[in-house]
Amino acid sequence: MALPKYTEIRYRVWHYIYLTFCAGVFIFLIAPLFVIFPLSFNAEEFLVFSEGMKSLDPDAFSLRWYEDMVYGTKNPWGLAAKNSFIIAIFATLGSIVLGTTAALGLSSRHMPYKGLIMATLISPMIVPLIISGVAIFFFMAKVGLAATHTGIVLAHIILGTPFVVITVTATLTGFDHSVTRAASSLGSDPVNTFMKITLPLILPGVISGGLFAFVTSFDEVVVVLFLAGLENTTIPIQMWTGLREQLSPTILAVATCLIVLSTLILVTAELLRRRSERIRGININ
Amino acid sequence: MSSETQKILTTDGIPLEESLKKAEKKNKIKAFLLVCPLLLFLIITYVFPIGDMLFRSVDDRMVTNMLPKTYKAMENWDGKELPEEEVFASFYQDYKLLIEQKTFGKLATQLNYEKNGFKSILKKLQRKMKKFEDGNYKEQIMDVHKRWANVEYWRAIKRRAPEISYAKYLKGMDLIADEDGKIIQVSEERRIHRILWLRTLEVAFFVTLFCFVMAYPIAHLLATLPMKYSNLLMICVLLPFWTSLLVRTASWMILLQQQGVVNDFFVWIGLVTDDNRPEMMYNKTGTYVAMTQILLPFMVLPLYSVMKTISPSLMRAGKSLGGTPFVAFWKVYFPLTIPGIGAGCLLVFILAIGYYITPALVGGASGTLISNQIAFHMKSTLDWSFASAMGLMLLVGVLAIYWVYNKLVGVDNIKLG
Repeated sequence: MALPKYTEIRYRVWHYIYLTFCAGVFIFLIAPLFVIFPLSFNAEEFLVFSEGMKSLDPDAFSLRWYEDMVYGTKNPWGLAAKNSFIIAIFATLGSIVLGTTAALGLSSRHMPYKGLIMATLISPMIVPLIISGVAIFFFMAKVGLAATHTGIVLAHIILGTPFVVITVTATLTGFDHSVTRAASSLGSDPVNTFMKITLPLILPGVISGGLFAFVTSFDEVVVVLFLAGLENTTIPIQMWTGLREQLSPTILAVATCLIVLSTLILVTAELLRRRSERIRGININ
Repeated sequence: MSSETQKILTTDGIPLEESLKKAEKKNKIKAFLLVCPLLLFLIITYVFPIGDMLFRSVDDRMVTNMLPKTYKAMENWDGKELPEEEVFASFYQDYKLLIEQKTFGKLATQLNYEKNGFKSILKKLQRKMKKFEDGNYKEQIMDVHKRWANVEYWRAIKRRAPEISYAKYLKGMDLIADEDGKIIQVSEERRIHRILWLRTLEVAFFVTLFCFVMAYPIAHLLATLPMKYSNLLMICVLLPFWTSLLVRTASWMILLQQQGVVNDFFVWIGLVTDDNRPEMMYNKTGTYVAMTQILLPFMVLPLYSVMKTISPSLMRAGKSLGGTPFVAFWKVYFPLTIPGIGAGCLLVFILAIGYYITPALVGGASGTLISNQIAFHMKSTLDWSFASAMGLMLLVGVLAIYWVYNKLVGVDNIKLG
């Protein structure tokens, strides 16, 4: 955003102050993530940049914390990663199925009490997590699902569905319902119409909602802290315990892996969003 | 002409109106059936349990169930003088049963909450009771300890008779019902909850403010830059948004520690001396800094989506009509962004008010918030009814804010990314 040549000097000054401030905020947002990278390759046990690292001495860097993460005998990261992925995948599938069907119903103009039902469906997103955690814990304890994978998966479905409902409903607002009517008039049954016509059109919304649900589950710690037993430990729980007790470089190695994962998810989500906008005929520019 | 002939019939001979209504109804049911699975699932696993919290928070049947006969005998007691022999005898029977069931310890804990000094006299009674003779229990119990002859203690038992109690809510506001049922403040050194509520509001308010001040310019920049630059900068907003909360908290712990990067930087530019590094973590500063960075994307995204829709020609028009850039901004641009400001601020405020993980890790003792207190009572003291009461108080606050949000902006305007 170049300024026009005739701009007065005081507005020029203002403009540069504004740009500097923006640059500062962007650094504030992104820089913390990049501190973790180099420190996770630290050869020493301390979480500060050693003299060797500052002078880029190759001996000051090592992969020992990554080895510790994978092979460390005392480290429960393997089990935690396995649990996290299993729980997140099932929670995502559950959220997608329940959320998409509900969104289909909600976008129908025949839906009665739309506002009230929508408010109920997205309430887990608005209610503070600590309250959801307490409530869900009481329920799971009552039905005997506390400290089980099933219980945690169900809890994460509760937390994940609002995202799917919102993204799919948003995709459906631009949806041309005459295509489904056309399919029906050509003799297709509702299930076939959904699979062949509706689903491919709303798929970007479904997947990006699913990504939100996946990240919610994969990153969720408040509710899991109430629900999980020793067997159900997840990556967030291990990180939480680790951060409370002793901030070890192994945690930074795990954190680096998580940042890489979130970068992948971000790229996927962005690509999907653009694709969805293109399909729905919304011009990006 | 009869009205029958005016009706348009479908090919089946059914009036069209009826047929349409039928179809409409069918569609309604169809739509509702689609929503049903999720709605039922959430009602069972989520809405009811929150209702259950409400029940737990006022449920006070524990003592009532432990001393059924005593309370029955106490019904006619006016509470002025010492109760009759009948009450003492019933209490003896109830307590004897509790000793046999080995649950008398719970009674001691519960009654001790009500009045200090119950624990020891109940223990003493338990020891002496083995030698009790039948009849005249009033004398025998009063002989165990002089407090048993004090009417205050019997009043304390009677106060626990109702099955519903609001005591936990009062406790959450540092209030207590005194012996006459009047609501008073708890003693000075036990007033901790009000401080926590105020601190939670304070932190949520300032975090929202900081987020707003930082997010407004960058959202504006993102909305006005050409697409190829703004997409690149958008990554700076979206990457933290998608990154694990714990990862971001961990990075702040590294940055803010005493030998951390931020302190190194301060020493390097000469702001502080090396042996005088400020404590930036385990206090409110840490909570503010970390929470602001973590919640910033939630402010930027709604602002951005609103600013994106504002045509740049409006500002140009404002300027060409004689406004300075500041006037044009203030009179034209700013009012148009108010929906985004409302959405962003309320989103951040609601999220901040229920924050738990970050304050627990970087907040230390002076940075903990009300959520940490709820978690503490859930996991450590196991006073679940108190945790429920505080959770519901927080929930009412959040719902009130949400209601305002809905009135001002509309829930349908929530956008993700």
